[in-house]
Amino acid sequence: MASKVTSAVMRQGLRVLGVAIRTEKAVFTLAVLASAVYGGMTVASAWALGWATQNVVLPAFAEDRVASGALWTGMFLILGTALLKAFGVAGRRILAGVMQYRMQARSRRDVTKQYLRLPLAWHHRHPTGQLLSNASSDAEAAWAPLAPLPMAVGVIVMLFTAAVAMLFTDLMLALVGFLIFPAIAVLNLVYQRRLSPLATRAQQLRAEVSEIAHESFDGALVVKTLGREDLETERFMRRAHELRDANIAVGRVRGLFDPMLEALPTLGVLAVLAVGGLRLSTGSIDSGDLIQVAYLFTLLAFPIRALGWVLAELPRSVVGWERVQAVLEATGSMDYGSVNTKAATTSPEPAALEVRGVSYRYGEAEVLHDVTFDVPAGRTVALVGPTGSGKSTLVQLLVRLVDPDAGQVLLDGVDLRELAYGAVAESVALVPQQTFLFDDTVRGNIALGLDTADEDVWAALRLAQADGFVARLSGGLDTRVGERGATLSGGQRQRLALARAVVRRPRLLVLDDATSSVDPQVEARILHGLRDTAEASTVVVVAYRMATIALADEVVYLDHGRVVDRGPHEDLLARCQGYRNLVTAYEREQAERAAIELTAGEEEEVSA
Amino acid sequence: MTAQSIQRSSDRSALATIRHGLSLTPEFRKGLVVTLILAVVATAGKIIVPIAVQQTIDTGLKGGTPDIPYITRAVLVCAAAVVLTALAGYVMNVRLYKATESSLATLRVHGFRHVHDLSVLTQNTERRGALVSRVTGDVDQISTFMQWGGLMIIVAFGQLFVATVLMFVYSWQLTLLVWACFIPLMIALPRFQRLLSRAYTVVRERTGDMLAAISESVVGATVIRAYASERRTAERIDKAVNANRSAQVKAQTIVGFVFPLTEIVAAVAIAGIVLLGVRLGLSGDITQGQLVAFLFLVTLFVAPLQTATEVLNEAQNAVAGWRRILGVLDTPPDVADPGEEGVELPRGPISVAFEDVHFAYPGGAPVLREVSLEIPPRSRIAVVGETGSGKTTFAKLLTRLMDPGSGRVTVDGCDLRDIRFSSLRERIVMVPQDGFLFDGTLEENIRYGKPSATREEIELALTELGLADWLEGLPAGLDTPVGQRGESLSAGERQLVALARAYLADPDLLLLDEATSAVDPATEVRLARALEGVTRGRTAISIAHRLSTAENADEVLVFDQGRLVQRGPHAELVGVPGVYADLHASWVSAARS
Repeated sequence: MASKVTSAVMRQGLRVLGVAIRTEKAVFTLAVLASAVYGGMTVASAWALGWATQNVVLPAFAEDRVASGALWTGMFLILGTALLKAFGVAGRRILAGVMQYRMQARSRRDVTKQYLRLPLAWHHRHPTGQLLSNASSDAEAAWAPLAPLPMAVGVIVMLFTAAVAMLFTDLMLALVGFLIFPAIAVLNLVYQRRLSPLATRAQQLRAEVSEIAHESFDGALVVKTLGREDLETERFMRRAHELRDANIAVGRVRGLFDPMLEALPTLGVLAVLAVGGLRLSTGSIDSGDLIQVAYLFTLLAFPIRALGWVLAELPRSVVGWERVQAVLEATGSMDYGSVNTKAATTSPEPAALEVRGVSYRYGEAEVLHDVTFDVPAGRTVALVGPTGSGKSTLVQLLVRLVDPDAGQVLLDGVDLRELAYGAVAESVALVPQQTFLFDDTVRGNIALGLDTADEDVWAALRLAQADGFVARLSGGLDTRVGERGATLSGGQRQRLALARAVVRRPRLLVLDDATSSVDPQVEARILHGLRDTAEASTVVVVAYRMATIALADEVVYLDHGRVVDRGPHEDLLARCQGYRNLVTAYEREQAERAAIELTAGEEEEVSA
Repeated sequence: MTAQSIQRSSDRSALATIRHGLSLTPEFRKGLVVTLILAVVATAGKIIVPIAVQQTIDTGLKGGTPDIPYITRAVLVCAAAVVLTALAGYVMNVRLYKATESSLATLRVHGFRHVHDLSVLTQNTERRGALVSRVTGDVDQISTFMQWGGLMIIVAFGQLFVATVLMFVYSWQLTLLVWACFIPLMIALPRFQRLLSRAYTVVRERTGDMLAAISESVVGATVIRAYASERRTAERIDKAVNANRSAQVKAQTIVGFVFPLTEIVAAVAIAGIVLLGVRLGLSGDITQGQLVAFLFLVTLFVAPLQTATEVLNEAQNAVAGWRRILGVLDTPPDVADPGEEGVELPRGPISVAFEDVHFAYPGGAPVLREVSLEIPPRSRIAVVGETGSGKTTFAKLLTRLMDPGSGRVTVDGCDLRDIRFSSLRERIVMVPQDGFLFDGTLEENIRYGKPSATREEIELALTELGLADWLEGLPAGLDTPVGQRGESLSAGERQLVALARAYLADPDLLLLDEATSAVDPATEVRLARALEGVTRGRTAISIAHRLSTAENADEVLVFDQGRLVQRGPHAELVGVPGVYADLHASWVSAARS
């Protein structure tokens, strides 16, 4: 995409700039004004120098005396233009920064608001890495041309003023300028067009090299245990060498064009001197004019490149902007009804849950098919099934993270879709399989914005068997748990997630294999605690472990997205073969082995 | 013996760091002198314009009528010189890019390899991201500096030098004046740079905070929705985004104020030149052409000083980058490959012995004490114990991911430290609990165990492990992509792939560290049976998390608080009161409650 600076990309890029200009009208106007001051004063400073040469320096040598009036006027002009120019430069740079960073921040806020608004189904369709770079590097790239933009506008002012100034000075010298400056601009454009795809490729390779290193170091244990260091080094080296070659290709283009761009204005000055000599001899100009134009050439040589910088950033900007826009334009949201549930705090009665004919598909694959069951208020139901049977998807439907393609999920007889925003969260708490902790304190992670008293937080931690290790943390409830809870072990994190759920005294508690990283003994204590204090909760629990299943009043056995059977554990054990196979796998194996050993023992006895 | 953490060589001075760094990159030093000479030639091009101006005014315009042939000659000579310097600039740039990129690619690859050669312990002292940036961002910083900032320093010095020499030829008084104007700025610049460097540090920190906040909205999507905390999260993100923006604007403001200072100083210098110059002219110390040439020479001071703060910043970053990458390279791999001098073990069943082995993590309490044991070839061993009893440490010592603090570990009577890595890793393979997969297909991941394996061999391996049914259930079979870090598969499936990968490697000793803990019970039982079949004739050691593994082993090793407290067959141990009997009882109750 960014490999060719086509005119379509250019047009699109200018449109993106237009968006920024419209959004930040005031800042842009001020930045351009400052830049115009800079541009005008650059030309003015050359003129001041020419004036001083003509009226102070040359007369001094010609007449052997210094006219003090002209001398001080010259000083005033030189210092005055420089001061104004400095103001212009400072204003241009600062305001360009303000504009660029404001637009970046705006995009980032908008994009993350979309992430928070869009349904989970949308999140499932987009890889995490892509979403993160949409909000970080793409938002950055989209508005990168804003940094040199005011300068470029200022340069246009500068060129225009310079053209007028040169026309007023001398037509012939102006002609030299009209040849040289467009030549610099065109050369720079060719430069950026040649450079842009190479730079993009180098950037891409840099990301790939980094990705390989990341993956390889993440898998360092596997690499080591299988002794594959050579293989990995070779994989890395291949890409690192591609990056090297890409960077050298960039260097070649830079090496070719940079000296040319340096040399061209110098040649221009020489041309001015040659032409100027002729004009002087015919008396068309004076020496001051010549110096002024020559000086103007030295001053303009560098800023004129700013036009190229903006153009160079455009392709990258367009790609970044389109990616950001794709997120902002994504449609689909969860609609909420207006029914409010009885808030858990005022009416702590357990909720009744009913699942009616629910189906759900991810793309082509149907994950759930016509699932129907109910959980009466205050009861505990275990969802059991082999890996990939649809348990986790079903759990997401129960707490309305996604909506079913067909069928209904009802809480106290009300379809979840008819409940107001926040109503489900008020009554239902989910502890997901993958624990997620915010980069916040222990208290913040458990309260999640609720105004919860410390004793309630501690009570929840006790129930989740987490009070012990939290009390030992240096800051207690105020300990920050770090990005994604990296400072805690898996089991500790699961227990905090559990405390987060129970502190809300939910009317329906949904546990999705939520104690898998916890020692069996600790898990038993948690489950018993929940059972003893959970008169106020209806519980749905996903589990493999017998200890967990044993706590349930009823089991729903899922396989291939269908409810195969449901009923008390003992009944299912007796009548459902799939269920029996799954939950008694270990015991059966033991029994079979015992039998084999027994026969083997008997044989030995016989043979002996 | 203690494990090393990655060295902090910040005590080394900047110059020593660069010298040491350059000694590791011979490609860079080769031909450096020629490149530098070319750089000086290219820089010399800058004084052509002032000389041409001076010549035109003084010689060409002498006596009021311009000497056209002389001016033309001067202009042509100067133009030739410009072309020549541009050519020198081109050759210099290409040489510089080639030399820096080649040398840095070598450094990158060395660094990468060295990270893999470091012991597991050393690798774990650093966050992954920090290790990655040592072979990516840190190296990039060095290359940016070498190709721009470092070159700028040379160009700046060259430019100031040639300008000053020419100035001196024209007028020493004016030269002193110009320097008197610029010296205060030169003294002040490092101060500004420090200010700027602090501002950029704040920007980096705020950017880190912001990225962390943004990632919460993506990674924590499920929890945020389940707990309806969208608004709270949005507020946190907005706060972080805005703080980042403020820091950026603040840094930009400093740049905005510092940058134009040079222009003002230059104007003061120009005004001073005119003021003093005309008086010198009156006394005949200077010609008008020389005076005008001075006005042009002053512009040569502007660019180097304008970019000085940025160049200084880059230089600082580059030295920091050097320090970090050298920190990696200077850290000795404390579990080192004996290489060519090492022993090559013949293939065949493996016996293992631990002789009075002790181990402690650096600065920590001992985790293994007085462990002595023998494992005969072809035996099936289960290792049990509570969390923190030393089981995993035992596994790491046996596979030589770490070396014991004292005592020795031998394989077939040979000290592990004397065995060549290539031989050791071929014969002893461990399957860790976390089945890490590389982004690619199932087939590619399994083949990682044996790069020469054909597709048929891979299919056969899966069949032998009893996983053919599972494979058939996958949408694209062996071509199923596993996603980054294997995240498209479930935790249990990742473990299956990791197991198949290790099995394909065909080791003589297979060590499983709770390698099937996330697999559903029915599959796990099937797998355990299959493994029993395929490991017959090999030595197999399992760190067990459930009863039946221990029950089916030839021998159980029971660890408790770092000691081997019991060993023997299950039937024998379960009857005696002790650690194993207690453990067994808790397993039974968890399974049947």
